[in-house]
Amino acid sequence: MHDTPEIADRHDAVCVVGAGASGLATIKNLREQGFSVDCYERETSVGGAWNWRHDRSPVYAGTHLISSRPLTEFPDFPMPDDWPDYPDHTRVLTYLERYAEHFALRMSIWFGTEVVSVTPVGDGRWDVTTRSTGGGAERVQRYAAVVVANGHNWSPKPLSVDASAFRGRIMHAAAYKDPAQLRGRKVLVIGGGNTGCDIAVEAAQQATTVWHSTRRGYWYAPKYVFGRPADQVNAKLLQLRLPLRVRQWLYHRTVRLTIGDVTRYGLPAPDHRPYESHPVVNSQLVYYVGHGRITPVPDVARLEGSTVEFADGRRVEPDLVVTATGYLPRFEFLAPELLDVDEEGKPDLHLHAFARRHPTLAVVGLVQADGGLFPLAHWQSVAVARWLRLRDTDPERAALVQQKESTRPLRSWTRLHVVPSSRHWFEVGFTNYLRALGDLLDRMEATS
Amino acid sequence: MSSRLLRFEDWTSPVPPVRREVFSALPHPDEGEPPLLFVPGLGHGGWAFREHWLGHAASRGFAAYALTPRERGSLRAYVHDVVQVAAGLPRQTVLVGHGTGALVVAHALARYPARAAVLAAPVLHGWPALGAALRVNPLGTLPALVGGALTLSRKQLFGADAPEAHVERLTRTPSAVARSLFTAPEPADPVGSPPVLVVGSPDDRVVTRKALDRTAARYGGAPLLFPGMGHDLMLDPAWRDPIDAILDWLVKELAG
Repeated sequence: MHDTPEIADRHDAVCVVGAGASGLATIKNLREQGFSVDCYERETSVGGAWNWRHDRSPVYAGTHLISSRPLTEFPDFPMPDDWPDYPDHTRVLTYLERYAEHFALRMSIWFGTEVVSVTPVGDGRWDVTTRSTGGGAERVQRYAAVVVANGHNWSPKPLSVDASAFRGRIMHAAAYKDPAQLRGRKVLVIGGGNTGCDIAVEAAQQATTVWHSTRRGYWYAPKYVFGRPADQVNAKLLQLRLPLRVRQWLYHRTVRLTIGDVTRYGLPAPDHRPYESHPVVNSQLVYYVGHGRITPVPDVARLEGSTVEFADGRRVEPDLVVTATGYLPRFEFLAPELLDVDEEGKPDLHLHAFARRHPTLAVVGLVQADGGLFPLAHWQSVAVARWLRLRDTDPERAALVQQKESTRPLRSWTRLHVVPSSRHWFEVGFTNYLRALGDLLDRMEATS
Repeated sequence: MSSRLLRFEDWTSPVPPVRREVFSALPHPDEGEPPLLFVPGLGHGGWAFREHWLGHAASRGFAAYALTPRERGSLRAYVHDVVQVAAGLPRQTVLVGHGTGALVVAHALARYPARAAVLAAPVLHGWPALGAALRVNPLGTLPALVGGALTLSRKQLFGADAPEAHVERLTRTPSAVARSLFTAPEPADPVGSPPVLVVGSPDDRVVTRKALDRTAARYGGAPLLFPGMGHDLMLDPAWRDPIDAILDWLVKELAG
């Protein structure tokens, strides 16, 4: 019968799940360490979230990078230097396609193939069950290691209030693709993250009326300060190794001098210090609030009939509600205990990458920082590849490294002082995190 | 340690983009071999490779490109330009640097996982190269020490019968540019562990035999030697020998 497929042993090969930016970097860096790689991608092309053709892509027509080019590109494959500071999503996709082409990565990718389950077989090896995305027979193959790069921006987080009694149109930001969807409508955008703010701004240019609901006040950073992309100025402060308090003060001063007091515009004051939430980089939100195109409103309390009621009792009647509530990570092919996933759905991984109890299981790209993801995913995958190689060639040293790593203090690589929210589960400081990864690489490379 | 991860200079003040002059010679048909990017040293431009080596590489099936260094550059800007051009090519690229261009390539290798690299008559260490230059060409070299331009001479670069046209095309190098190359730090280890070949001539009047051995040892090998040739291997009347040897080596490495 077809439901007991034979297991094909792929020996020392490594399985990579997903061919988005993180998966591509993982394939390349594993191959550089001499591994054979089988990457499974449910779609028929590379680019993951950045490929607007993909079902799970959250990209909309106006998506641009939030971090500037030098802090976003792969460290060993720069974006063309004549591109703008903040390339749009089509350029990012072109970049990823060229990366795949340049390093001949497609020959390691099985397109249109979904991973159904990944189960440990005891000796550090894994049985990976796959099937064609369209359905069909399942196939099981045995791998020496599994690296998960399935992205964390595709499974929408549900709205915290019950919307079943709401009769108007409601959609998650993931389904928002084109400003035409907003044109001439009365739109309520829920969510104060980068996506929520970007969509509120697009709505301000298209819709008749726009309400923007946020749970709290945020620090809205402009995309440019002092004539430079804001993240490059921030990197300068990090280079000078200014203490957090000083950076918070400087951030505060800069925002005061450029944007001023946001409460004057009717926006709520932030309930936290700068750098305690994921940066929201948007130069236009405050502008449109100031022009009366966006009306800031507090958290949603109730959706019923055609009415939305806010925490302060205000009521509005939007035609369209866009919920930019963000996304939750999902690993439907892995038993939760493999990644130490807690009851809320948050995995507990060393450096947000290494499974604590399974040395041959890792996740790449499950971080958020005050900089781009690609460089972090690159160095994560370099570390994973080196780690797997070291386990192979020098198990004693590998054990020693593992022991040393277990004593690495949490605060050295992850942000602990953040607004408690699933949005900050994987929030790291760009440079601190890279320092920790660099340190791990040094430990693995040190000649004993 | 983490300077390779923490690239503050690139994050806070990226190298300004320029229009780059790139010569090319393409094979027909293209069988999918990795492209070659030739990087000239001080005083030279992409033209030095266009003369013979580009066309010859293309005739042997390799897409070949040569980059002219930007005006008023620096080591950092040159490395940036090499990595930009290499990453812009459709396949993982083989970097071939000549003279101080080999120094640029050595630094670029730490930034870009090249398919392979060739350091031809490499000037990787400033002091011995300066010593040799002062001995052979004091009048052209001395001004550079006091802020003037560095001028290369016929005697330095070429063997007995170099065409006069080549000598005329050499450009003077501003002192600041020369300084940025001669005082360059030791290049970091290459990323992606590419195979590296060092070629040179024992009769080179810019790169001493000792410097050649030292560079080759750094990359774990011995130099491939072409006795009787001058520093400018690609413009020498015997230009065919080194490029054929380089391509033979490459074919072997790609097969292995």
